Amino acid sequence: MHDTSDQAAVHHHAPPKGFLWTHVFSLDHKVIGKQYYFLSLAAVVIGMVLSWIMRFHLAWAAAAIPGLQHLSQVGAPGGIITPEYYLSLLTLHGTLMVFFVLTTAPQAGFGNYFLPIQIGAEDMAFPRLNMLSFWVTFVGFVTLVSTLFISDGPPISGWTAYAPLSALGNDAGPGLGRGQILWVISIGIFCIGSLLGALNFIATTLDLRCKGMTLARMPYTVWAWFITAVLGLLAFAVLLPACVLLVLDHVGGTSFFIPGGLVLSDKLQPHSGGSTLLWQHMFWFFGHPEVYIAIIPGIGITSHILASTARKPLLGGSRVLVGCMVAIAFLSFTVWGHHMFISGMNPFSSLLFSVPTLIITIPASIISLNWIATVFGARLRFHTPGLFAIGFISVFVTGGLSGFFLAQPSLDIYLHATYFVVGHFHMVMGVAAIFGMFAGTYFWFPKMFGRMMNETMGKIHFWVTFIGVYCIFMPMHYIGLAGNVRRYSAFVDDYLIPLIPVHKFITIAAFVTGAAQLLFLFNLFWSMYRGKKAEENPWDSTTLEWTIPSPPPFDNFGGRHPIVYHDPYELGVEGAKGDYVMQDSPEKLAQS
Amino acid sequence: MSESDITLKSGRADWLGGELPYAIPSKKLGMWLFIVSDSITFGAVLVCYAYLRLASPNWPTPFRLSSIVNGAIMTFVLLSSSVTMVAAVEAAKHGRIAASVRWLSATMLGGVVFDILHIREWLGLIHEGLRLYQNPWGSSLFGAAFFTLTGLHMTHVTVGVIYLGIVAIGFRRGKFTSDDVEISGLYWHFVDLVWMFVFPLVYLLSARMH
Repeated sequence: MHDTSDQAAVHHHAPPKGFLWTHVFSLDHKVIGKQYYFLSLAAVVIGMVLSWIMRFHLAWAAAAIPGLQHLSQVGAPGGIITPEYYLSLLTLHGTLMVFFVLTTAPQAGFGNYFLPIQIGAEDMAFPRLNMLSFWVTFVGFVTLVSTLFISDGPPISGWTAYAPLSALGNDAGPGLGRGQILWVISIGIFCIGSLLGALNFIATTLDLRCKGMTLARMPYTVWAWFITAVLGLLAFAVLLPACVLLVLDHVGGTSFFIPGGLVLSDKLQPHSGGSTLLWQHMFWFFGHPEVYIAIIPGIGITSHILASTARKPLLGGSRVLVGCMVAIAFLSFTVWGHHMFISGMNPFSSLLFSVPTLIITIPASIISLNWIATVFGARLRFHTPGLFAIGFISVFVTGGLSGFFLAQPSLDIYLHATYFVVGHFHMVMGVAAIFGMFAGTYFWFPKMFGRMMNETMGKIHFWVTFIGVYCIFMPMHYIGLAGNVRRYSAFVDDYLIPLIPVHKFITIAAFVTGAAQLLFLFNLFWSMYRGKKAEENPWDSTTLEWTIPSPPPFDNFGGRHPIVYHDPYELGVEGAKGDYVMQDSPEKLAQS
Repeated sequence: MSESDITLKSGRADWLGGELPYAIPSKKLGMWLFIVSDSITFGAVLVCYAYLRLASPNWPTPFRLSSIVNGAIMTFVLLSSSVTMVAAVEAAKHGRIAASVRWLSATMLGGVVFDILHIREWLGLIHEGLRLYQNPWGSSLFGAAFFTLTGLHMTHVTVGVIYLGIVAIGFRRGKFTSDDVEISGLYWHFVDLVWMFVFPLVYLLSARMH
């Protein structure tokens, strides 16, 4: 016999009172979604400023950046950053962007806000856990950023924290003592927040769907968030113990990731017996699924918006898209070694990891071709979210194509430590995921804040960003092929000097593109207060979030229990009012 | 709206909302998902242990017969506590609250005895010179891997004892339902199951052979 008390998807909590409980420690998934979104916004602004500093230094290594000496007297004496400090900033840029932006905004931000609404629920399955995951993530963020303000700065070991550099402490370089420990604690905390969030997403999707919302009728976005949550639940569970072991190497005197006989700063290290490869295995077992944790929500958002833009569902409905996303998710756990082709693995292992890496391009290609085939011949509506969705396809395909090269060990050995890889992963993971976030922001802003974002500013933002990212990252592929190594703070070798003009071009492109992001920020906050009032359904879309007022009431559906009758994307339907049928409309469709 | 209005295009009414797939309430599903995630965490640490052991030429095998016997008693205690947990869930399902609380207390006692025996074992090894960073027998990684793995498990047992205590008190006061007892049982059985991997991999495979 089963207890039936908590079976119905009923309200878990009453509307809160007072500012603190409404906006800070809220249990409402919509507030928590916004909190995650603004946390990411803070992280992306810091990450972007760091990238400007690094890009400036790469192009004009001898020039001082006024004021930077105030951030770190040792790291940037007179405003000129040292090679070590360059690596510190690199670490912070990568960690902020990967964890607190790409992992946070598309999944925890938009997912929290729209997953319950899109399945017709009043909140997440575990609202208290939901609040806890946000605040845990927030503590992780503060811990990470605090490394900027300790004496020797953030660690120099990169966002991947490769051992033994990351495990040896201060002897190995600046920031590797306290900075590295703070980094590990921050990421460990982030893991806990992500695990709690993933658990909540899965339970919500399975249990809280409203009447008629079968799995097949879930919007693409819900599928994407669900699959991403499964990835998160499995992947972060490996990074968490890896972080614990790395902390033990620092504070417990263990040697999990440190081999014997290392001499650093003229001192023989007391460690022995550990394996540097073990860290890489544990890190990338998490790290590769992480790439898809960052991009699958973007794939979902793009598909969701593309259907509305093209006024038709994707070819093959959700079956093809979801099948491909599941295939990608499964394969993502079998390919982690392709990050380690030059790490000293057995070459036969490289072959073993290369094959599934090439196989994973098949579902990714099917999704891309499906999008292109959907757009083909459609009557597109070129509003800003639609432009960013189409832009997503472009950058996703461009960035993905260089992946074919890197998947082959023989080519990767040459390309791995060059800017080719920097261009590749920024394009496919960074820019594509960010385009997904922009598309989502422009598309859902009216629902979240009750006002429209400015279209003119939005279109300027899109075109400058779209052309800008190609100007930044395409030349990186070229200089990478020319042998330009990455992780260097300045290029002084003979063979690299002819490439400096390209670096200058990239830096200027980065500043122009960055200026467009300031326009986006202005548009975001200006529209929040001054934008045109939004209607319930400004984009003529069909899913449940567009059946409720903008912004939605506290319990989403105002006490109503929505009933779903239709597939999520009944767009371009002839004979319907408008050209679409809402998911919860009782209207009968003419049988085809 | 009557049920018949909810026919899909295909003519089936296959999701009525509010019902739960496989009749698993959200809380129980949450615990299952936690177990999935936590088993991956333990899996990672176990694989880590195996990796380091295979990569080390001088992996020590320090466990004397007394240690193995002690470990066997610990295993017996923990397995018995799983039996009492089953009895607690069974009693809870039939509404016998006092009996359920008694069985829960017995389960907690099993956990505490396990912890005491385990800590005694740790202290003995520490006395023989085993440290997180060194030991007199061979690879220094042995201590690191041993303490991390068994420590992680011991933490889970300790957290479990506290968790069961909270559930027992709440169940007696009527704040928790029999489902909550069952969910705490899932956690307890999972912690037992993990020990079934830790004991052979760490203790039996590192028994002193002469």
